[in-house]
Amino acid sequence: MIEEAIADLYPDQEMRCPVHLSIGQEAVAVGVCDGLGIDDLVLSGHRSHAHYLAQGGSLPRMLAELYGKSTGCTGGLGGSMHLTDLGAGFLAATPIVGSSVPIAVGAAFAAKVKGNGRLVAVFFGDAAMETGIVHESINFAVVHALPVLFCCENNLYSVYSAMEVRQPSHRSIASLARGHGIRTLVGDGNDVEEVANLADDAYRSIRSGEGPVFLELSTYRWREHCGPNYDNEIGYRSVEEFEAWLSSDPIEVLAGRGAWDERAADVEDIAAEIRSAVEFARKSSFPDPATAQYPVLGSSRA
Amino acid sequence: MSRLISYGEAIREALDQCLAADSDVVVMGLGVPDPKGVFGSTLGLQVRHGPDRVLDIPLSENAVTGVALGCATTGMRPVVVHQRVDFTLTSFEQIVNQVAKWRFMFNGQMSVPLVIRMVVGRGWGQGPQHSQSLQALFAHVPGLRVIMPTTPYDAKGMMIAAVESDDPVVCLEHRWLYGISDEVPEERYVVPLDEARVVRSGTDITLVGVSYMTLECLAAAEMLAEVGIHAEVIDLRSIRPLDTRTLVSSVERTGRVLIVDNGHVVGGVSAEVSAVVVEGAFDRLEAAPERMGFPDHPTPTSPALADGYYPLPHEIATRAATIVGESVSFEPADRGIRRLDQPNPNYQGPF
Repeated sequence: MIEEAIADLYPDQEMRCPVHLSIGQEAVAVGVCDGLGIDDLVLSGHRSHAHYLAQGGSLPRMLAELYGKSTGCTGGLGGSMHLTDLGAGFLAATPIVGSSVPIAVGAAFAAKVKGNGRLVAVFFGDAAMETGIVHESINFAVVHALPVLFCCENNLYSVYSAMEVRQPSHRSIASLARGHGIRTLVGDGNDVEEVANLADDAYRSIRSGEGPVFLELSTYRWREHCGPNYDNEIGYRSVEEFEAWLSSDPIEVLAGRGAWDERAADVEDIAAEIRSAVEFARKSSFPDPATAQYPVLGSSRA
Repeated sequence: MSRLISYGEAIREALDQCLAADSDVVVMGLGVPDPKGVFGSTLGLQVRHGPDRVLDIPLSENAVTGVALGCATTGMRPVVVHQRVDFTLTSFEQIVNQVAKWRFMFNGQMSVPLVIRMVVGRGWGQGPQHSQSLQALFAHVPGLRVIMPTTPYDAKGMMIAAVESDDPVVCLEHRWLYGISDEVPEERYVVPLDEARVVRSGTDITLVGVSYMTLECLAAAEMLAEVGIHAEVIDLRSIRPLDTRTLVSSVERTGRVLIVDNGHVVGGVSAEVSAVVVEGAFDRLEAAPERMGFPDHPTPTSPALADGYYPLPHEIATRAATIVGESVSFEPADRGIRRLDQPNPNYQGPF
């Protein structure tokens, strides 16, 4: 509903930054973050709204950030692609594909050295598996048995480039991960209960010191790569494929087994929360360029 | 209490004292705990501080830089070590996109107390991919501090300041400086990360040296003194930020400046220093600023070709004399070496 609200409001041209909507991929975020607390840390990439919200990130501050306001979660410096909410345990999202993965490993390294019991989860997509840095990161995490969950959301497309032009069809992402000697689990990313069960399984083994876990979850992006619209007409994917994935929408999956209980009052509560957050974002002031203090460097510790 | 120790020993002592003083400090890099200990600069640290805090790494410079950033922003103070600047380039993505911008893009809510050390190679056939001195690339990026300490005293004090800084600090260490020794105090002390230092006073021309070139400028200043030209020599030390005040105030007094960079002239640090001087002391300039540095091609490997690659003291002195208006041609000093690919007879490679 939040992403749909963003899509509806985007044509107003008041949110003047790229948005990569999570519609269709929500079950991964909810299922994986369900087993994490605010003392754990989550990192993500360019398509991060669902991860941020599932980990408990502030909705008003996220929307204010999209509107470029001073009350945004990074004060208007980051926008949709640079979210953070330290109070909620959402460390950071940054949009260079694969680039936030080693940072998660570093946070897990610090957690291990400090022995604070913290767990780190990092979300990335199928194309990140084509970057060297993700493999370097998994290798590092395995060598040091770090408390980190690598969560790969396989939505089949890198922008408009399909899987078959990017990865060999006879080799799965999970098998690629297994080559690093990491415990690897595979599941239906549109089934929130399955995701939560797999994540809980992963967290149990990570917390017991058995090292990192790799989780590959299949899912699908409903809208265009970047922006508010549907884009099936431009010809990079078929309508049949799109409709097949629509029928396995996370809510349909739950409803199919009688596990979805939608109450009108809940829906209205959420709608009201979204309206309130949008109003907060719109009414907030822009950062003042005359007084802006750009935090490029800090001060040295005495 | 001071004693004479080498550049590498000074860095090792700085890291040792930082590791002892703060349990959040970790040192990681390829070969850090190996028997050579990165030219001696990390020798014995793992034995003293343990394998969790002083560690070797997989050959994954980009990820390890991200790992260090992840540590740094969640409460640790990592030091990453590269045996050559050239090897650091595979981590440029993390350094430029993430490390340098982390504080900014999250609006100052997080800091990155991270030190990235790297060694600049020279001589003995280091060639195109083992002798690059790319301080200008790092200095171009807001959010990084870039230092090039020349003396063992500064190497220790600036390394401690770098570890204690809440900002990412890129430290370029010239391989040939590892062969020099200096009076270095045993105790912990810091040298500021943003100050140039006047290492020789003079009135006729300012020579601005970068890293090893500061030593060559000092040798040139000796030659100039013999013909009555008094050169002031500045050791730049901090590449970003530039110490504008020291540079401008020196040139205001001397009226002339020759910048000698340990790096390419085109698009290099010497251009930035020149601009700062022109902007700050234009009315006091008696001659146009001039620059020396590496030619506009990569470093050749053969000693026959590499001999002519680096500015030498007599060339610096000759150029300086010309700027001052004196026509003096200086001869190369006898350093007791077979070729110019070694700083002294004791350095015999292999890297």
